[in-house]
Amino acid sequence: MMQDRAFSDPARERLLFAQRLFITAVITLVLSGLLAARYFNLQISRHDDFATQSNNNRVLVRPLAPSRGLIYASDGELIADNRPSFNLTIVPERSANLEQLLSDLSALITVSERDIENFRKRLKQRRPYEQTTLKFNLSEEERATLAVHGHRLLGAETSARLNRYYPEAELFANVVGYVGRINEAESETIDKVQYSGTDSIGKNGLEKFYEDRLLGQVGSEQVETNALGRVMRVLEQNAPIAGDDLTLFIDSELQRVGLDAFNGERGALIAIDVKTGGILAMVSAPSYDPNLFVGGISQKDYDRLLYDKSRPLFDRTIRGQYPPGSTVKPLFGLIALQKGTVTTNFKIQDNGFFYFKGVERPWRDHNFARGGHGSGVDLAKAIIESCDVYFYELGVRTGIDMLSTYGNQFGLGVLTGIDLPGERNGIMPSRAWKQGERRQSWYNGDTINVSIGQGYMLATPLQLAVMTARIASRGEVQTPRLVKAINGVDQVPAEEPPTIKMDKQYWDYVHQAMVDVVHSPRGTAKGISRDLDYKIAGKTGTAQVISVGAKDKYDSTKIDKEQWDHALFVAFAPADDPKIAIGLIVENGEHGSSSAAPIARAVFDAYMDSNAASPSESE
Amino acid sequence: MHRNDFVRQLSSPGGDRRPSRRMHIDIPLLIILLILCGIGLAVLYSASGENLFYVERQATFMVIGLISMIFMAQFPPRGWERYAMLIYFGGLLALIAVLFVGVGAKGAQRWLDLGVTRFQPSELMKIAVPMMLSAFLSKRYLPPSFKHVCFALVATAIPVFLIARQPDLGTSLIVFSSGFFALFLAGLGKRYLVTTALLAMAALPTLWFYVMRDYQKQRVLTLLSPEQDKLGAGWNIMQSTTAIGSGGWSGKGWTEGTQSQLNFLPESHTDFIIAVLAEEFGLVGVLTMLTLYLLLIGRCLVIALNAQSMFGRLMAGTMGLSFFVYIFVNMGMVSGILPVVGAPLPFISYGGTAIVTLFLGFGILMAISTEQKRI
Repeated sequence: MMQDRAFSDPARERLLFAQRLFITAVITLVLSGLLAARYFNLQISRHDDFATQSNNNRVLVRPLAPSRGLIYASDGELIADNRPSFNLTIVPERSANLEQLLSDLSALITVSERDIENFRKRLKQRRPYEQTTLKFNLSEEERATLAVHGHRLLGAETSARLNRYYPEAELFANVVGYVGRINEAESETIDKVQYSGTDSIGKNGLEKFYEDRLLGQVGSEQVETNALGRVMRVLEQNAPIAGDDLTLFIDSELQRVGLDAFNGERGALIAIDVKTGGILAMVSAPSYDPNLFVGGISQKDYDRLLYDKSRPLFDRTIRGQYPPGSTVKPLFGLIALQKGTVTTNFKIQDNGFFYFKGVERPWRDHNFARGGHGSGVDLAKAIIESCDVYFYELGVRTGIDMLSTYGNQFGLGVLTGIDLPGERNGIMPSRAWKQGERRQSWYNGDTINVSIGQGYMLATPLQLAVMTARIASRGEVQTPRLVKAINGVDQVPAEEPPTIKMDKQYWDYVHQAMVDVVHSPRGTAKGISRDLDYKIAGKTGTAQVISVGAKDKYDSTKIDKEQWDHALFVAFAPADDPKIAIGLIVENGEHGSSSAAPIARAVFDAYMDSNAASPSESE
Repeated sequence: MHRNDFVRQLSSPGGDRRPSRRMHIDIPLLIILLILCGIGLAVLYSASGENLFYVERQATFMVIGLISMIFMAQFPPRGWERYAMLIYFGGLLALIAVLFVGVGAKGAQRWLDLGVTRFQPSELMKIAVPMMLSAFLSKRYLPPSFKHVCFALVATAIPVFLIARQPDLGTSLIVFSSGFFALFLAGLGKRYLVTTALLAMAALPTLWFYVMRDYQKQRVLTLLSPEQDKLGAGWNIMQSTTAIGSGGWSGKGWTEGTQSQLNFLPESHTDFIIAVLAEEFGLVGVLTMLTLYLLLIGRCLVIALNAQSMFGRLMAGTMGLSFFVYIFVNMGMVSGILPVVGAPLPFISYGGTAIVTLFLGFGILMAISTEQKRI
């Protein structure tokens, strides 16, 4: 080679060049063959795998949440509505770094520790590529912020969904209840497929009881997405089926009048349509705003409701159990008449105390402390003036077995079967009950207490309303119910309601006595009879919160209001053709006559007004 | 065909009188380039999500490129030979300038802002390095001596290093290979080949620890096991192999490729565009494309073989082989047999600078092809 440098040899150089060119051409072809083989391997040998992978890549199946059934009052007012709300959702698979994304989001909008904590919980339950909500109910401002920065928030998206909304806020809270976020316990029992597009579930009230009907059928859609998770087009859609709409018996006007009439007092009122058992009004006062729970209630709001002394979250209508007091007197009188343990002619002398043989301590008459109701007290007078001593005697004569058996038939001590969750059954004491609960025998003294609705006896306001409705309808055993129609189809009980057999004369007698409670000058509820152009039949009651000894005098000025007696009132109207029956209690309201009865009057008036306006509705 | 050209040229020492020769246009080269451009625009239309904006811009650059190519072809190769060293050092200065005053995007600093337009010196070096080496080596006795090999290696290594620092591994690889091809075609001795190979291997750790950035290392690691990192660097490869593999024999049809149309495929209109072609036109499309490229390279090698001067031979051969490196690196990385470096697919990938640079290179090739025999 060295000597070659002395002179140039173009021919040799060209030959060398041609050789080298040939070598590179061969290498080029070999490498091209390698490329071709690689593409053959991918495109032909492994085509099936990649074709499947590609298909999976682009097609996502997403659940389509059905819209929840609406709930209407009988007059058409919307009680539970759906409203679009915007949530911040995350698909972790789409984000490069979830932690980074969360901190980026926290920098842009307020994301609380609790939001993130709940998000992580939800994250564990979700399926791959499913949107998981980080924050609910984004404000207008937050949505705008997220839209502006959207390009660098891969994996995060704002998504619209329908949220429950209760337009009347606290008016129907105890009846309708509310929906809330599905919690861990619930997520283990629900049908995961049905709830795949939904994050709420009925927690309380009708929302819970009718959850299956309200939810609807989940739909699905196959969508093509890009790698950023954005939907490019919908391939196939299987539309969700909206939940069933419920129409209640409740009349929103009656409900409003009822709640307003409590005027800050605590208590409950139930108005029942006597003919059907339909609930016309169902008030638990004070109430709360169920909308607070929909988006997940804040701890502060929840504590405020939970520790409120007036217990707004407590549904007194079906869970409050109170001694029914004198409100059971018409029923017990009716039972005694039917069983012949007293007659309409039977009279007693009432000196204000009742002595039972073998018991030294007397039972006192709570209503007339001084000297009692005097002589010639018959059943009618005992009901009208609410004479306890007469009923002590009546109770002893009739016996607990009879009272409890019939009491159960009139709805006392048993679940009424209303279409709401969480109903309490109260206590209609009996020998069996006492033996079972207290491991004690029954004493006559127990019967004496029960005969005026005290002692072991407890009833929910709903049970009192049911009892009153059954008295009003002369023994028709209607099950109380809230839902009148589902999707516009009237719900009719499968079988004719059974009837409690009583002689007509006794029904008449008791009805008349109840009318006189309101309309006679000596009636305990005469205060509400002013300007009445229809007849109300009622009975007041007082339930002791603390026991007062026979020698002591109950004096409201000496005790805290929380320990004042509960005031009760049961009534139906119009007396000659009963349409509406009411049971109500005002906690610590002292006297049924002064605090409870006027509330019933207001509701009756509203009912009579609206029924007079549209007489066609009353058949 | 080429053989006839050659024969005819010899038989008419007065020069070829055909119009294409007078205009210094190599017809076979032109035809293949036009076909490639046509296919490129069609694939780009699909890859860009049927976006005419990209297609129009690309077409504009292609027209500019074609005109530049024909313009370049008018300069005799001897002129390029003479000014090669000047162009090379000019480019080197520009590369150094990029280090200090360069502008860039996505963490890479590649451009010089000239006010009116941006200029990418590394693109210039793709032509300047083989041109300077061809000019340098053709003046020496071949095969090159040790001293000349050393010079050639250093002259290649400096721009390669500078470009790799930007960082732009794809371009630095092209520049490196063009330097190597020039030497190889010039008849680099076998012992130098071994030495070069050893040097290259020795350079690898240096590259790894001192030049390559973390994300580049990650890409190499990813090549070894893309499934390890589904959401990170492996994503591109997994998506592109899925796109290619799902294409099958004849593909899903133009603009019907779901991987690319649904944006699963990253960089679908630039570096990864071959995956779009493979998905929509299948293996048939890929092999057609590959064949066209090989025809183009083949034509370059024929031009090299028939060139009138050693400069022309080295230049044309080096350019043709470098062109193959483009193809091989791009198609290899997209199909997952090479690490992901930024390397566009010539004439198909979107990108104005790359297109124009390619045409400039082919303009010089045409000049070589149509050079009159030196008397």
